[in-house]
Amino acid sequence: MPAITYREAIRHALAEELERDKNVVILGEEVGQFNGSYKVTEGLLAKFGPDRIVDTPISEAGFIGMGVGASMLGVRPVMELMFWSFYSVAFDQILNNAANVRYMSGGLINCPIVIRGPANGGTNVGATHSHTPENVLANHPGVKVVVPATPYDAKGLLKSAIRDNDPVMFLENTILYGNKGEVPEEEYLIPLGSADVKREGTDLTIVTYGRSVLHSLAAAEVLQKEHNLSAEIVDLRSIRPLDIDTVLKSVAKTHRVLIVEEQKPFASVGTQLTYMIQREAFDELDAPIHRLATVDAPAIYSPPVEIEQLPNPQRVLQAALEIFN
Amino acid sequence: MSKKATAAPKKSTGSATSAESPADAPVNRSLSKVERIELFRTMVRIRRFEERSLRAYQGKKIGGFMHPYIGQEAVAVGCCSLMGKDDHVITAYRDHGHAIAVGMGLNEQMAEMYGKATGCSKGKGGSMHFFAPDRNFWGGHGIVGGQIPLGIGLAYGLKYLGRKGAAMAFMGDGAVNQGAVHESYNLAALWQLPVIFVIENNGYSMGTSQSRSSAGELAKRAEGYNMAWDTCDGHDLYAVRAMMDKYLKLAREESKPAVIEIRCYRYRGHSVADPDNTYRTKAEIEEYRRTKDPIQTFQQRLIAAKILTEAEAEEIDQAARAEAEAAAEFAEASPFPTVENIQQDVYWEADNPAERKSQGRLFFD
Repeated sequence: MPAITYREAIRHALAEELERDKNVVILGEEVGQFNGSYKVTEGLLAKFGPDRIVDTPISEAGFIGMGVGASMLGVRPVMELMFWSFYSVAFDQILNNAANVRYMSGGLINCPIVIRGPANGGTNVGATHSHTPENVLANHPGVKVVVPATPYDAKGLLKSAIRDNDPVMFLENTILYGNKGEVPEEEYLIPLGSADVKREGTDLTIVTYGRSVLHSLAAAEVLQKEHNLSAEIVDLRSIRPLDIDTVLKSVAKTHRVLIVEEQKPFASVGTQLTYMIQREAFDELDAPIHRLATVDAPAIYSPPVEIEQLPNPQRVLQAALEIFN
Repeated sequence: MSKKATAAPKKSTGSATSAESPADAPVNRSLSKVERIELFRTMVRIRRFEERSLRAYQGKKIGGFMHPYIGQEAVAVGCCSLMGKDDHVITAYRDHGHAIAVGMGLNEQMAEMYGKATGCSKGKGGSMHFFAPDRNFWGGHGIVGGQIPLGIGLAYGLKYLGRKGAAMAFMGDGAVNQGAVHESYNLAALWQLPVIFVIENNGYSMGTSQSRSSAGELAKRAEGYNMAWDTCDGHDLYAVRAMMDKYLKLAREESKPAVIEIRCYRYRGHSVADPDNTYRTKAEIEEYRRTKDPIQTFQQRLIAAKILTEAEAEEIDQAARAEAEAAAEFAEASPFPTVENIQQDVYWEADNPAERKSQGRLFFD
């Protein structure tokens, strides 16, 4: 299998779906002529033309809402947010309109839209540009939320998202865009709501998603080598729908849980997971569920300190060891 | 670019209203007697339906908010009577008039407000959230101005899908100061989307008069976006049709957007929660009722033109009252949705399990 970047994997998914379905259209700031702020859509304008790859003004409430309206008519817009942080200026369109229109119409109207873009800290861009809103989004019944960690997952999940008849929020990561991974040349889809065990283990389950998967994998190597502890890494891949069964299966095997998330801790994805695990696998637990999140403050700018605010391999390692001490 | 957009920044009258009386505009001249009577009937049905709804609300049959359209009937009826099969409508929460004007039944609307399973949204939307996509009616939206981006989305969709049609995106005069509306103006003008932004200016954004909430002339803001704009008298059904016909044609045939301000008046408070005793006088309301009522005015014109008799008008009124009463009875007799229904119509996939592709839990407890 060829190794391609996370960025290329997303681009390939977009290109394949544009090719497959003429109702798919890409809209967003700088997606066309500029070739994408993060070069995800590079070359798509030349291949598909300006009707399919549409540069929008900086006007998120306007163009995201426009995409929602168009999706009600049967267009399948894939909207790029330059940063997911900008969802706040389109909040009403995403979480009042896209999330609710099927419900409020008694099921008469669908909203097959995908909103995608990076949602991560770690790039020293400060509090306004470092939001990770997967918990906020998933708090709204009606939307689906996906956070891929690898090129393989990003491609397969995005293709499924574009074919989905419900609104899908697809959260990428600027730090992962350049990461390479093996991706088959033949077409494949990954269903939303399927977690993936990224590493088998027996002593501890680390439940995580997004870039924190990579930190957890790095920490697991150290746990194995230096502490003789075997960690199993469950990558959720999708926050809503949520594959809790894979999590519970792993908990039944290891009896210890660490949740790692690039999230502010209050009412986070991890909070929900903790509730579900204790509720559904209480007797399996040999220790309290532990959670490592972003240090609870707005994203700090200072580059070396921001690394310590976010999950990182060292922090994951420490949190894992705390479970055994 | 329209002439209006390049003209000096003052309001000029549209061609449909300058040379001739609106009643003589081709779109009105071509109306048959039967069609004129139907326009009258639709306005009467809206009013009687809403009056019956208000009684039901006072009787605690209806919950939440309800925003009566009474007094503004000529706007929705005039605009929606021009719809072709590829024309679309979206509006805000004062949506009963538009729903009736596009042909939604009174039973399903009343039942929706009663919170019944037979309602147009199965009791999940309520008064502010009526929808009928089979009639190109896309709601019924609760947030002031929030529906306007969706409205340009309908127009964008029409253009992208290569359909000949236009979208009418209705808002109140209070919505014009929302950012989403201005973003939509820009996108519509930038991409020449076939959309008419219809400002139903009833003079008050809730309890705040236009002079206390909006700087400048409302529709004229279109000039900043190089968009055509115009105003008309919303008490005169013929004027609404003449004005909208002109701009709908431009939208359908040349994909040109426009902002149209239709001046009207609501007799009731902003919503049922508005005691209506703080921001305007009873005398003002009475003056409008007495001199400008759109239904009375139109009725007198039809009678003067010998299209309608007093007796026939009375018959139409009685039939509308009876229809509204029957709708209330239908709503009363209908079942409420069940607790099991709460989690239906959230996700397409959850409602179509045989075709579901995703896995995992969609709902949580």
